[in-house]
Amino acid sequence: MNSQQPVIQLKNVSKTFGEVRSLSDVNLEIFPGEIVGLLGDNGAGKSTLVKTIMGFHKPDDGGEIWFKGEKITDWSVAKARSLGIETIYQERALCEQQPIWRNMYMGREIVNRFGMLNVKAMKAEATRLMSEHMGFTSVAVHPDNPVQTMSGGEKQGVAITRALHFEAELVILDEPTVGLSLSETKKTLDFVQNIKKSGRSAIFIDHNIFHIYPAVDRMIVLDRGKVAGMYKKSEITMDELIESMYRVARTGNLKEQN
Amino acid sequence: MSQDSQEVKPKANAARPPSFWRRFGMQFGIWSVGIVMWLAFVISAPSSFTHPEIYLAFAATTPIFALMAIPLTLVVITGEIDLSFPSIMALSTCAFAKTVSGGAPIFVGVLAAVAMGLACGFINGYLVTAFNIPSLVITIGTQFLFLGLELAWTNGSGADLTDPKFNLIDKLLVGRTFFGIANQFWWTIFATGVLWLVLNRSKFGSHVFLTGDNKISAQLMGVNVNRVKRWSFALVGVFSALAGMIGSFEVSYFWPTMGGGLLLNSIAAVFLGGTSVFGGTGTVTGTFVGAFIIGAINAGIVAAGINAFYTQVFFGLVIIASVILQAIISRRVKK
Repeated sequence: MNSQQPVIQLKNVSKTFGEVRSLSDVNLEIFPGEIVGLLGDNGAGKSTLVKTIMGFHKPDDGGEIWFKGEKITDWSVAKARSLGIETIYQERALCEQQPIWRNMYMGREIVNRFGMLNVKAMKAEATRLMSEHMGFTSVAVHPDNPVQTMSGGEKQGVAITRALHFEAELVILDEPTVGLSLSETKKTLDFVQNIKKSGRSAIFIDHNIFHIYPAVDRMIVLDRGKVAGMYKKSEITMDELIESMYRVARTGNLKEQN
Repeated sequence: MSQDSQEVKPKANAARPPSFWRRFGMQFGIWSVGIVMWLAFVISAPSSFTHPEIYLAFAATTPIFALMAIPLTLVVITGEIDLSFPSIMALSTCAFAKTVSGGAPIFVGVLAAVAMGLACGFINGYLVTAFNIPSLVITIGTQFLFLGLELAWTNGSGADLTDPKFNLIDKLLVGRTFFGIANQFWWTIFATGVLWLVLNRSKFGSHVFLTGDNKISAQLMGVNVNRVKRWSFALVGVFSALAGMIGSFEVSYFWPTMGGGLLLNSIAAVFLGGTSVFGGTGTVTGTFVGAFIIGAINAGIVAAGINAFYTQVFFGLVIIASVILQAIISRRVKK
């Protein structure tokens, strides 16, 4: 797998907010067809890392983002999405007063050749995707319904469907199971498996190690903005992983000292 | 969810479109305020309100602030406000008058006015987005700045617009073409149509809603919210230039203090029209109706034989009542 070119590669990416250094010299690469779990305590920099990969935050000078072997200099959210990176954010990133179809196509609206929105196509496609891919038990999935009328799981359904629709090469899931019911969680985890089956990649962030461990190929542990360790799943059992996570939180070291 | 037990519950998994009430409740509220007010005027002053003259008068005077209220709707939907457009109106009309009196052809004067409006609008948008200053504050500043520049430029003196060389533009902007209705009325309808398309059928319009609804979400999904805001302010600037020229040609004179008193009319029209002060929702058609409600009050009070000092009382009551009505409607719609 490592002989392949990584989908995305971060080289020495740091991010400073005023006095706070949220990420320092992060190096990581994600390969095609690979699901990578990103672990770390609250404040470890997971969400900052995601938002930097997505172009929402600009990395500090010296940090580089490479996409499929090409260094990208004009990185932005629109650029990242046009290259095929989609994120399901922890905070869902929905505009709740707007109808489902507007949320589904937020930032990537379908326009006709005169530059006018093709509302009909967006509504039809949104309806199809919601029923085919999500199938959430719901009375409120008409494309004209505003998102604020939906339940938490349904809202997440909109966010997931949105990421799925654009057939992203790399899907980032930032704590996608927060606030979901058991069956909705299972659907979300199935979704992660489907990404892998179709040969695409994903970064999967979750507080729950029991969700992460079975789903991923590789795990990256972040601690205080640094990559504290990387494991292939074959190298570590779940118990060992939990043990080392505790140790990181306490001491900042993955391996036991002396 | 609605508590009405009579409502037919859809089967599980069935998609149900939002009800008529949910989709058009707010529009319904605005139109009913307008119709109720109109009926009140017809009953209290039938001699005036059953004859076309009074409607012809509305059609001539209301567009001057309606033309600015309609693009202002977009700014309010993005979650911002502009208080400087009456000054932009004066400054850009001044640019027209100065360019033409300097010997340039009329169309160059029109271009100068539009360019001035555009520039002022962009300055507002730039100050709001680049420094993250609340627009309520910064446009109070630019309001003084633009008006001050105009007064200094004109030295406080106006310009006569009766010269025969103005005949064509005068006819175009404020002539009486169909049924004696002032052309500015048709321009206002045209502007409403164009901005309806911009707001509801363009990518930019989509981004206007998304920006005002949840700025962070929009940014996370790749919407350039700052650019959206700058263009919204720029649109207000351009339309202020148009309104300024229409207002001046209507009275055939450029008053350096023009625009005074129009600020609250336009803002009231936007909020009467059901646009949310919190951003994210609003319609240009609502603003259009709102503007004509405001425009009718003035003429209606006088025609109904009520002491003109009561105009303000009536304004206040209509605005307060409509806003309360909207609050009730939007609460019912959301549940």
